[in-house]
Amino acid sequence: MEQKIAVAVDDLTVAYNYKPVLWDIDLSIPEGVLMAIVGPNGAGKSTLIKSILGIIDPIAGSVAVYGKPYKKQRDKVAYVPQKGSVDWDFPTTALDVVMMGTYGALGWIKRPGAKQKKQALEALEKVGMLAFKGRQISQLSGGQQQRIFLARALVQNAAIYFMDEPFQGVDATTEIAIINILKELRKAGKTVIVVHHDLQTVPEYFDWVTFLNVKHIATGPVKDIFNDDNLTKTYGINYKVAVQK
Amino acid sequence: MNAELAIILIACLTAVACAIPGVFLVLRKMALISDAISHSILPGIVIGFFITEDLASPWLILLAAFSGIITVVLVEAIQKTGLVKEDTAIGLVFPALFSIGVLLIAIYANDIHLDTDAVLVGRLEYAAFDKLMIDHVSYGPKSMWTISITLVITLALLFAFYKELKLSTFDIGLSSALGFSPVVLHYGLMSVASVTTVVSFDAVGAILVVALMIAPAAAAYLLTTDLKKMIVLSILFGIMSAIGGYYFAVWLDASISGSITTVLGLIFLLVYLFAPTKGLIAVLFRQKRQRTEVSLLTFLLHLNNHDSIEERRVAHLHEHINWGKVRAKTVLELAQKNNMITMQDEVVSLTNKGLKFTEKALDYIITNKDEQIEDMKDDFFLFRG
Repeated sequence: MEQKIAVAVDDLTVAYNYKPVLWDIDLSIPEGVLMAIVGPNGAGKSTLIKSILGIIDPIAGSVAVYGKPYKKQRDKVAYVPQKGSVDWDFPTTALDVVMMGTYGALGWIKRPGAKQKKQALEALEKVGMLAFKGRQISQLSGGQQQRIFLARALVQNAAIYFMDEPFQGVDATTEIAIINILKELRKAGKTVIVVHHDLQTVPEYFDWVTFLNVKHIATGPVKDIFNDDNLTKTYGINYKVAVQK
Repeated sequence: MNAELAIILIACLTAVACAIPGVFLVLRKMALISDAISHSILPGIVIGFFITEDLASPWLILLAAFSGIITVVLVEAIQKTGLVKEDTAIGLVFPALFSIGVLLIAIYANDIHLDTDAVLVGRLEYAAFDKLMIDHVSYGPKSMWTISITLVITLALLFAFYKELKLSTFDIGLSSALGFSPVVLHYGLMSVASVTTVVSFDAVGAILVVALMIAPAAAAYLLTTDLKKMIVLSILFGIMSAIGGYYFAVWLDASISGSITTVLGLIFLLVYLFAPTKGLIAVLFRQKRQRTEVSLLTFLLHLNNHDSIEERRVAHLHEHINWGKVRAKTVLELAQKNNMITMQDEVVSLTNKGLKFTEKALDYIITNKDEQIEDMKDDFFLFRG
């Protein structure tokens, strides 16, 4: 069933100021999974995504997306950064932010036109935000901002979606709306990789999981590997505290 | 072209050329970097002047702009050590480079017209008379040529890379993931800012060029939520200050560049006070309204929670909600005006409208659903009048 490998990470090591954040990571993500990356704070979850996407340069190792370097496969990958990584006071509207998802396909200099606008409006509708298209982004709630980010990724129409904590600071309704869209993506054969904090919802939301704590601990189907043993290895002896958080 | 028109034109062109990179510097929270660049291009200008002996030479401009880029590189290198923060790094780099420039002028350039005063505040008054001469034919002031060429290049780059600049300013991560290298865009913007600073330097000097970059963008930021409009407004503010500043200087018989900056400061002050949503007065007004709205809601909730006549007596209300007489009276009147309560024999009752509003507000507070914020906003506007 899991024939193709969507993302392959080989011997990846990343350091900030000579302090390793990710240590010799080997990881294969099969096509078509909805996978959570879990681990304690400072485990390098966001760093892993950023190094796969070439935003951070590793000091060793390599990454392949469908067998080729990421730089040759940009059009196959969509990315939702952490909501807190951008300035929401930036002078722009919801529609304009979603349009940014089309920039990759346009390439340098070319400008978005009617076609790109139509794509953006469709994506806004899919996340239930069409009514807010003209709204300045600081006037949106946290959940609405996260939906805008999701819409922007949908516009990229990629094969692989990377999302950095899409459920952070969103209300319950938005969380359900987002997970439903992620499940739809998986149904359509896409690969979805999500940095996730809430261990309790892992079995309900995801079918695959990666345990990470600077070192790679385990990757596999949730039903096989989401157990006390791996949780303890990842979170240390007090993993139950983490679960109950 | 007469001198007056030439000075105004040079001032306007400079203001526009500065306003464009200024918008992106402000949005990237890099206003201080423009200050650093403007000071540390001085050694570049001095060395360039030794070599070319011409302040308008393209070589001098490029050399000076290059020392601006070196500033940025040095600041980032110091910052990367993790020993000091960015503002400290900036504070270390530019005085060092600036002082090298000052020493070079003092030691070698005593008899040329590069004096420290001109370096700090420019000499727009003279810029109009320094003409470009080719084969004894005058082609107008040199500054006008250099600043015009810079402006044309800046505009061309803005049109070509508007989308990329916007993306990398707003979301550096996505910009990088999509292949629009934030490093290339960052240094592109820094190069434009450096070249613009160099060509404006001659006219307005090291300190005032910073004002021309930052103040128009800062004022425009308070007035609009659209990047394109922000750029246009910044340009307009720049032009207004250039023209207004010139006549202000004539009236005062004072430095033109100083007057331009003063006018810019006044424009910013006016915008800061009177901007419709982000201005100080609007913010104070909104806070006052919010306070009243919260009081009204507290009052209505109290009525909703207590049925007994005792609890709903006006005199009793003062004690129970613990408000002063004046505040209680304001809230009572507001509620009455909006037909949310009725009063009979000093006993207050909720009307149907008041009840509905209270329930809706309560529902919103408890569920905190996004969707309902919209309706609530309409309701709360009731109390504006």
